[in-house]
Amino acid sequence: MLFGEPGVLMTFEENAEEIASDVASLGFDLPELVRSGKLAVDYVRVERAEIEETGEYDLEGLFVRLDYAIRTVGAKRVVLDTIESLFAGLKDDGILRSELRRLFRWLKDKGVTAVITGERGNGLLTKQGLEEYVSDAVILLDHRVHDQVSTRRLRVVKYRGSHHGTNEYPFLIDANGISVLPVSSMALAHSAPLERISAGLSGVDGMLGGKGFYRGSTVLVTGTAGTGKTSLAAHFLDAACRRGERCLCFLFEESPKQLIRNMRSIGVDLEPWIAAGLLQFHADRPSRYGLETHLVTMHQVVADFNPTITVIDPITNLMTVGTYMDVQAMLTRMIDHLKTLNITAMLTSLAPGQTDIERTETMISSLMDTWIVLANDEVAGHHRRGLHVLKSRGMSHSNERREFVLTDSGFTLLDADGLRESADLGGPRLHEGDVRHAGV
Amino acid sequence: MQVSRSAAAPAAAMYQLRLYVAGQTPKSILAFTNLKQICEDHLQGRYEIEVVDLMQNPQLAQGDQILALPTLVRRLPEPIKKIIGDLSNTDRVLVGLDLRERR
Repeated sequence: MLFGEPGVLMTFEENAEEIASDVASLGFDLPELVRSGKLAVDYVRVERAEIEETGEYDLEGLFVRLDYAIRTVGAKRVVLDTIESLFAGLKDDGILRSELRRLFRWLKDKGVTAVITGERGNGLLTKQGLEEYVSDAVILLDHRVHDQVSTRRLRVVKYRGSHHGTNEYPFLIDANGISVLPVSSMALAHSAPLERISAGLSGVDGMLGGKGFYRGSTVLVTGTAGTGKTSLAAHFLDAACRRGERCLCFLFEESPKQLIRNMRSIGVDLEPWIAAGLLQFHADRPSRYGLETHLVTMHQVVADFNPTITVIDPITNLMTVGTYMDVQAMLTRMIDHLKTLNITAMLTSLAPGQTDIERTETMISSLMDTWIVLANDEVAGHHRRGLHVLKSRGMSHSNERREFVLTDSGFTLLDADGLRESADLGGPRLHEGDVRHAGV
Repeated sequence: MQVSRSAAAPAAAMYQLRLYVAGQTPKSILAFTNLKQICEDHLQGRYEIEVVDLMQNPQLAQGDQILALPTLVRRLPEPIKKIIGDLSNTDRVLVGLDLRERR
């Protein structure tokens, strides 16, 4: 309908009212389309108990109805929903088969595009084997449950006269209808902008050659529990919003309200940015659906909001819904997508213990342009927080490990001698060295 | 409606039949001939046949849920019955019209 081509919907399972109410939840207004003459709905009901078969017959009646409906609206597209239910209503399979074949031929001659739905049979693509002789294209929909999480997938099985993708693509059904997400091109051909953007903390910027991250780069922040990953991300978001950039934040752990409250405690108030429309949170439980679906959702949210900055906090929670390989593949695709759109991404990742963070994150980290490690060490009965830049491609970065504190005025890096170097809060103080004051 | 009569003696009820066809095909002519014969043999004087040609009135197909052709619809007595095919099997037609017990 979006293409302005009128259509006919012939349904064999649900009547017109049922189907109208069902697809209303997907954002289609069937009654309106019918009123405006763009759509004809014909409900075909076959009740075996009512029908006695005697002698030769054909399905000319179906043809007549379809022809009438097509002519009424000048249809270019026809949908036959579960035409196979005819096989339950009529006894003579032989007649049905030859008539259906004639029907498909007839639809083709009419020059209409027809979509025929059918249920999948045992070992066959459709219960009655219709696809074998009628269709130019076959699309297989599948609903698979893996580790208690289900994902809908779509695969083009055949498409005559075209080069079609042979992969399975996850798809999503929501209020906007169905969205399909192709696996992103794995070609490495991202542009490489030279623009640098602030991390939101002059101290961190200082460690990154004094200028912060490259735009469009991907930043990984790892650390054990309670090392301040989310706080660092909040500063990054806050600074970006101050610059007037649109920021999108995916939360897989905290709700937006919790995050806002918690970040207020370190002096970062994100709420005004939400009100200003610069910041959007998208919180989801990882287990709500499969990784593929998460990916589709994230793509969709990114497309809707069109951000220049994206934060995912934390990616490690996704591990609960997939194997390590799956998560890595999904993140690769997500990062790939963000890079293609030149979106700067910050991903936080919870390191499982105090040891070997570098090993556990190796697979994902190879995708990252900048990797910041936060740690919490016990020194003489006190926890001391430390930050270092493990890598940052394409820039000279500090190899120093800096101590920092989390106070009610923010995330503050300390000088080597333990003095507070800079505080980034309030006011548009974005450049390194704007404010330096000593003493705690 | 002849409710009381048809309930008491279904065989004596008035039969209102409608035969759906699409054009003058051999099958539709055969179906009509067969129907006429059966009615004359079993329902003499208490039937009426209406022939609907869907080629001329395609919009009528939806109302009676016509799919296969030819279709004979018994509109009265109720319930509505449908018999599809060229009606060449007289026994089946009689069963379909409730004029003979199903065996």
